[in-house]
Amino acid sequence: MSEGTLYDKVWERHKVADLPNGQDQLFIGLHLVHEVTSPQAFGMLRERDMEVAFPDRTVATTDHIVPTTSEGRSRPLADERAEEMLTHLEQNTADAGIRFFGLDDERQGIAHVVGPELGFVQPGMTVVCGDSHTSTHGAFGAIGMGIGTSQIRDVFATGSIAADKKAVRRVEVGGELGDGVGAKDVILHVIRQLGVDGGVGHVYEYGGEAIRSLDMEGRLAVCNMSIEGGARAGYINPDETTYEYLRGREFAPSGDAFEERKEYWESIRSDADAEYDDVVEVDADDLAPQVTWGTNPEQVVGVDEAVPEPADTRDPEAAASAQAHTEVTPGETMEGHAVDVAFLGTCTNGRVADFREAARVLAGREVDDDVRALAVPGSGTVKRKLEAEGIDEVFEDAGFQWREAGCSMCLAMNDDALEGDEVCASSSNRNYVGRQGSTEGRTHLMSPAMVAAAAVEGAVTDVREFDTPDAVGTEVDE
Amino acid sequence: MSGPAGDDAPDAEGAAVPAIRRVAGTGVPVRGDDIDTDQILPARFLKAVTFDDMGEYAFYDQRRDADGELNDHPLNEYRGANVLAVNENFGCGSSREHAPQGLMRWGVEAIVGESFAEIFQDNCKSLGIATLAVDHEDAVALQDFIEANPDAGIEVDVREETVRYDGTVVEGEVPDAMREALLEGIWDTTAVMRTNLDRAKAVHDDLPYTDD
Repeated sequence: MSEGTLYDKVWERHKVADLPNGQDQLFIGLHLVHEVTSPQAFGMLRERDMEVAFPDRTVATTDHIVPTTSEGRSRPLADERAEEMLTHLEQNTADAGIRFFGLDDERQGIAHVVGPELGFVQPGMTVVCGDSHTSTHGAFGAIGMGIGTSQIRDVFATGSIAADKKAVRRVEVGGELGDGVGAKDVILHVIRQLGVDGGVGHVYEYGGEAIRSLDMEGRLAVCNMSIEGGARAGYINPDETTYEYLRGREFAPSGDAFEERKEYWESIRSDADAEYDDVVEVDADDLAPQVTWGTNPEQVVGVDEAVPEPADTRDPEAAASAQAHTEVTPGETMEGHAVDVAFLGTCTNGRVADFREAARVLAGREVDDDVRALAVPGSGTVKRKLEAEGIDEVFEDAGFQWREAGCSMCLAMNDDALEGDEVCASSSNRNYVGRQGSTEGRTHLMSPAMVAAAAVEGAVTDVREFDTPDAVGTEVDE
Repeated sequence: MSGPAGDDAPDAEGAAVPAIRRVAGTGVPVRGDDIDTDQILPARFLKAVTFDDMGEYAFYDQRRDADGELNDHPLNEYRGANVLAVNENFGCGSSREHAPQGLMRWGVEAIVGESFAEIFQDNCKSLGIATLAVDHEDAVALQDFIEANPDAGIEVDVREETVRYDGTVVEGEVPDAMREALLEGIWDTTAVMRTNLDRAKAVHDDLPYTDD
């Protein structure tokens, strides 16, 4: 049993009651809502004649089904079912008095991008959303957990979920990250070490030199993919990097209130002598950029490392089937593996820093003639900031389509989808069969910089071999 | 008999929520580790404001050939079954409750497997679907048995945490909270938590960040 960790402290602060089934009733400090998993929950509330108990702790946006072309966003949406979902969310949030960032709001975007960048998510909170990537918010030292729709109903009705406390695993990532290597590479490497189900029953506390050195965007990417390692939540203790990120955000406290709040944030950090259920060490020194070769995020190698023989993997049968699907050759590296599509965005890598990193690679270069390349900012806020910096021009000059914010081709609930057996270099989080909208499509997960490099070469490429400027565009203070 | 068995216990607001002590019926084996919820219910079918039609979409792509014809996937071959037999880390990935909703509406009332992804298992608990975790060898033996005897009776006992078939009794594990919830008929947690609303409000008021 863990003791003195951030997880223990935040849990205790939010515990409402012991439930008869042995679980805890846990208060939810922030409930993020989107159009796909909430309409059924609002319907269940109506059936029971209940109202949303804490609309002030609830924030909604639309992300999964929204078109990302500007002409596609005029109402009603061309896709009748998408229009129906959006209309339901508009009506439901208006009826309940829930703040909603819709298509007519320039701050609209992916829930896990909007929540952090507007300052809603803060250290020491419990955060839920009907989306597995709610683990993202652990980057602030919050407990972020994905929930199902019946649990959304619970949160609407009671501001709480019924939950079991999990074991806390300290994931100590040592080493210094080299040029061209970042947060995405770290988390893919962690998942390879611990497995896609290694985190079941656990919460991951990430720490160590390689984690501390990451900016908030990087930490968000790491925590985002905790769920790909089976851990429903993953977090990083808050520090000055966290506080500086929060300072000045629209919905974060300001002035004296900020300093006062910081005392709470400091108080929920894991104690120096905290006890963990277990500790694992992962070495990220000399880590190469990572690329997935298979159909789950654990099937990953360094770009300069041979794809393993199925027999040498944890699950040889799954590996053989994955390699048949992706048509990669064991014994060879992923370098030179042809790609048809480059996709940049998502709740993993759809933030300002991600696009800046990719823009450094794209500056002065062009996307390969045979590659369809999409840049989809994670939110309207991200998009406008990049445009103010001139980064959009770098993408458009290189041949990327510059789109409006949404989940887009991560799961293809809008028109952005792979076609046939297209191969995609993707900054998203899941390479499952069919995930990007075509059952024959192939997804290779990698960092934003690696996606940009693959777009230019028309094939998986080691981004470390590219000469890149230190920065592109003009940084603009807000 | 088939179907969930047990008493109807009134919940805190008087509505009947059935207790589920055991699920008896026939089995359907779906083999493979790490079967994600995108496979169980593809994203393009999530565009609906209710769960009503989800039974049509369970394993939709895997149940069809490239030309759209139904193939020999177990969900096509074992219609009428209610005990799903799976392997490791079943239901990983997306939190979509559409996945267990789809399985439930297809007919699944209990799932026996080596292990389950957490959010999926929580969703099963919310819906009153029992999950029983058994050893690898036992999971495979059950799948083998069902394939050889598709009409044979399978019984999952929530109280005993066992699956019984053909004179065999396999011990497994139902998570404690799920077991209690199913046996007591309190797997629908909204009503019981709603009785603590004042305490939830007190926690809300006591937190340093809730007056932003």
